[in-house]
Amino acid sequence: MIKVEGVTKSFGAQPVLRGVDLEVPDGSITVIIGRSGGGKSVFLKHLLGLMRPDAGRVLIGGVEVTQLRGRALDRVRERYGVVFQGGALFDSLTCAENLAFPLREKTALTRAQIAERVATGLGRVGLADVGAKYPAEVSGGMRKRVAIARALVTEPEIVFFDEPTTGLDPILVNTIHGLIRELHQRLRFTAVMVSHEIPEIFQIADSIAMLHEGRIVEVGPSAVIQASANPIVQQFIRGEPEART
Amino acid sequence: MTSRPLPRLLVPLDALGRWASGIVVSLGRFGTFFTLALATIASPPFKFRAFVNRIDYIGFRSLLIILLTGAFTGMVLGLQVYITLSRFGSEAFLGPAVALSLIRELGPVLAALMVTGRAGSALTAEIGIMRITEQIDALTVMALNPFRYLVAPSMLAGVVTFPLMTALFDVVGIFGGYLVGVELLGLSRGTYFGEMQTFVDMRDIMTGFWKSLSFGIVVTWVCTYKGFHVGHGAEGVARATTQAVVLASVLILVWDYVLGSLLP
Repeated sequence: MIKVEGVTKSFGAQPVLRGVDLEVPDGSITVIIGRSGGGKSVFLKHLLGLMRPDAGRVLIGGVEVTQLRGRALDRVRERYGVVFQGGALFDSLTCAENLAFPLREKTALTRAQIAERVATGLGRVGLADVGAKYPAEVSGGMRKRVAIARALVTEPEIVFFDEPTTGLDPILVNTIHGLIRELHQRLRFTAVMVSHEIPEIFQIADSIAMLHEGRIVEVGPSAVIQASANPIVQQFIRGEPEART
Repeated sequence: MTSRPLPRLLVPLDALGRWASGIVVSLGRFGTFFTLALATIASPPFKFRAFVNRIDYIGFRSLLIILLTGAFTGMVLGLQVYITLSRFGSEAFLGPAVALSLIRELGPVLAALMVTGRAGSALTAEIGIMRITEQIDALTVMALNPFRYLVAPSMLAGVVTFPLMTALFDVVGIFGGYLVGVELLGLSRGTYFGEMQTFVDMRDIMTGFWKSLSFGIVVTWVCTYKGFHVGHGAEGVARATTQAVVLASVLILVWDYVLGSLLP
């Protein structure tokens, strides 16, 4: 269980998170939606321990990560897999080496075992034949899939997705979402995803949380969010333009 | 909470205070970065593959520029010093004059400036791009210390390659001076090298060595720091790269003077 309690964060005089509370049950897919600049990525960085809140706390499996540093924080991060917005693949390594890297550095697996895990990982995302290529040599959609494969290769308990489908065409968006759903059913990890892909995320989310101006304004299953009476939620999911003043 | 606007007379003082505190914060961050790098170097595991890659990146790929600039620096020195010494009838001292200038000053400084321009800028740009494309964050959330993979190997490679590059620069420069002084202007070979042996001793070589070693640390420290603390987007990387080269070059010259006055 991931539990977030009253997290606030400001940059200078600009408040970005104003007291975020959220619970993510084990094994679920929770999607955080909200407008651009609403603090979603900043919130995700707090869950990853890349930023520290001004106030509040983040608990992962009962452990308060906001207080952890160094090796203790690393031990929590060893349970994570992260898919960054742009993939964040190491561009000096081939796609296969990108998958092999965390295994080589963090596990005691033999070369043969690592090669097998890499082949399985790339096969899982339908890219068994791109292992020898560098990230710059494959398409944007393939890079996202390699990034997903890398995030899952260490068999993490929790996987964070930061806008994994941004910049992709609608067909690829559905392909990636289908892939995430399928992998989730097979591997049963807890997923936290930041996205603004409406309505596609309603198909894969177990729970959706709407972050608006630094606060969670609505949280619940897809059907609840779609039927929400909250005008902010309705405006967002319908994509209605802002009223001009 | 709202704050009252400052009286107009105090506005420049406020700006000066902000500027000064900004400098202190930057210096603190710069020092902390170095301490963290040293702590990482001192603690296992050592990333040998990354270290070898950095030796290639900083040292081997700078070889051509070092050989070229070393040769022409020696040739220019040979020509100018010969012209000056011939006014006093002291051409015989061309060898030691070229060698001492190169070994004590020009070799370490120019080699460091050349490597900064070629490899230092590339180091900042590479780490800067890794920062803005979240590759450094990816390392961090994999529970891997980015200092161990990016900063420590670069600093150690700087310590190894800068003295070697300087030694090459010196040797090629001395032969450049020989080409001009002996082969072109007719000084005897025995005089050129013989006087050099008389006047150049181990202290001069060690002065050059300590300078080049410390430049290796300074350049890699500045360039990795600037890459790590890059601004946003391509413009941020471009600015960080320029700042790294300028700051490293200035520090090389300042540190050269400091060491030059401290070392025998």
